[in-house]
Amino acid sequence: MEVTRVTNATRTYKIGEVETKALRGVNLSIENGEFTALVGPSGSGKTTLLQLIGLLDQPTTGNVSINGQDATGLNRNQRADLRKNAIGFVFQFFALIPTLTAYENVEMPLLLNGTKPAQRKARVNEMLEAVGLSDRAHHRPDQLSGGQQQRVAVARALATNPKLILADEPTANLDTENGRQVMDIMQRLNKETGVTFVFATHDPRVISYAQRVVTLEDGVIQKDSKANGNHKE
Amino acid sequence: MTQAFKLAFRNLGRNKSRSLLSALAVGVGMALLLLMVSVLEGEMTGALQNTIRLQSGHLQIRPESFEEGKISLKWEDLISDPDQVAQQIKSLPQVTVATPRLIASSILTLSDESKGVQVLGIDPDSTANQPFRDGMLAGEFIKADDREGILIGNTLAEKLHLDVNDKVNLLVTTSNGDVNEQLFTIRGIFTTRTPGYDESTIFMPLAKAQAITGTENHASTIFVLLKNSEDAEAVAQALQSNNYKILTWREQNVFITQFEDYANAFFIVLYLIVLGITATVVTNTLVMAVFERTREIGILSAIGMKGRGIMAQFLAEAALLATGGVIGGLIIGGAAVAYFTVYGIYIGDYGLTGVLFEDHIYAHLTLQNTINLAIVTYVITLIASLYPATLAARMEPVEALHGLGD
Repeated sequence: MEVTRVTNATRTYKIGEVETKALRGVNLSIENGEFTALVGPSGSGKTTLLQLIGLLDQPTTGNVSINGQDATGLNRNQRADLRKNAIGFVFQFFALIPTLTAYENVEMPLLLNGTKPAQRKARVNEMLEAVGLSDRAHHRPDQLSGGQQQRVAVARALATNPKLILADEPTANLDTENGRQVMDIMQRLNKETGVTFVFATHDPRVISYAQRVVTLEDGVIQKDSKANGNHKE
Repeated sequence: MTQAFKLAFRNLGRNKSRSLLSALAVGVGMALLLLMVSVLEGEMTGALQNTIRLQSGHLQIRPESFEEGKISLKWEDLISDPDQVAQQIKSLPQVTVATPRLIASSILTLSDESKGVQVLGIDPDSTANQPFRDGMLAGEFIKADDREGILIGNTLAEKLHLDVNDKVNLLVTTSNGDVNEQLFTIRGIFTTRTPGYDESTIFMPLAKAQAITGTENHASTIFVLLKNSEDAEAVAQALQSNNYKILTWREQNVFITQFEDYANAFFIVLYLIVLGITATVVTNTLVMAVFERTREIGILSAIGMKGRGIMAQFLAEAALLATGGVIGGLIIGGAAVAYFTVYGIYIGDYGLTGVLFEDHIYAHLTLQNTINLAIVTYVITLIASLYPATLAARMEPVEALHGLGD
């Protein structure tokens, strides 16, 4: 089943009189359960494509659908609702709310979608356990290492049980060991829960985890290939 | 909502000094407003009460020919047999006291100096004159049968270097237009704490005033105090007569009401300035917070928080700032008001025709004014946060998250 589809998507940024074409007609379909890497050099359009898939931005032309629902023409609130229920995010910088504990950060999307307290508590604990941070639940981000923060971000992304997780350079700010831990967790959760992961990266070690590698250059997909996804050190 | 306030509380704690200063700005603004309102209220209430107590009474019975500002001692411009009229008025249940008074123009002369004054012939035994009795600084109060004694105010005494038992010459206009002259002895010196009044008013027994002015059994007015000032119109209605004008305290003190309206309008401008400054501080604080937390706004938006949720977040911070500010304002303002309620603000001789201001303004804060100001401060703080809250709510997630990738 198709989780997301991008059809003839372009994205042009205009800064003053200068137009920059970040995407130049991208077509991409991601199936449920995939573990896909978007790769390419800096400026190739990886992040822009992730932002379009994540409904954080809108294509200049073309359209994006999530779980079969066309997002074209949705207003801000409708896009927020779709993000809340269908998509989880892991950002390059450990994008946690600094005033909230690990537990509260994971709890936040569940509060937003109105999950009842008992279920919320169970789900947060389950997610923190899944990323190996049950003992750090009541620590704030500044009391956690970078790797731990990114694992909290993964737990938060998965909290509402979305079909799709988008990760933008999830290991870029981590050392090798922490980067490996995060990717191992993402890969395990992909296998165990069937949740779809799409991550942008240019790190060969991260790419080695992917089952499918989509290569972008200058805003177009140059290559879309299957991979074995058998990461080895 | 609880989550919004929990997050708001923690966000304010991220920059404690700034949050504290912002709440302090709200608090100081509210304290200033409390002080201004209570001083204005105190000034107006004090001036009105003082004017009623000393000059206008709750009611005055004047002859039909009475004209405001004109002092006439012609018999046709006076009330004849005033004691009998006063007795009739006193029989009304709403009336506390009714006493005749004779008002005459006079010149007080010394060997090297003279001063225009108003002679007030009073019944020394009447309780209506208790404020003057209470305000005695030296000597003793005049007696009804005293034929040579007068009381003068402390301001006049100081200016002319007069003391108890000193003798002064009074030139008084009489009912037929002549001038009568007599040497009087100062029996006592009083103060009403109203410098203008104390400088220009001399008391003597009514009988003596009638004698020296040739007005015999006549008085200028019957000064009436009521148990309840709100009964003035009803009592005036009951006393309606073709021979007299019945003037209520409202009619006599229109100027004070007008002055209060003018002062209120002026103070509203001041309130707006204070509230404007307070609002600017709050807006500035929250705008800084929005720009500092742009990425967090992007994160919240990315995980599905809608614009109104983000807006609620900043409004919750403003509400907490407002709560802290209002509590601080009540403490700071309450202390300042308490001080000025007890000790007052010295204004000296603040003379306005027809209005008797005391030499001190005493703050007077009502519960209603306190509640109104707390609500206004709270609402203004929330309104001030609307711009930053809207700014945050309207951020596109991708712009808020800008810089998180290539």
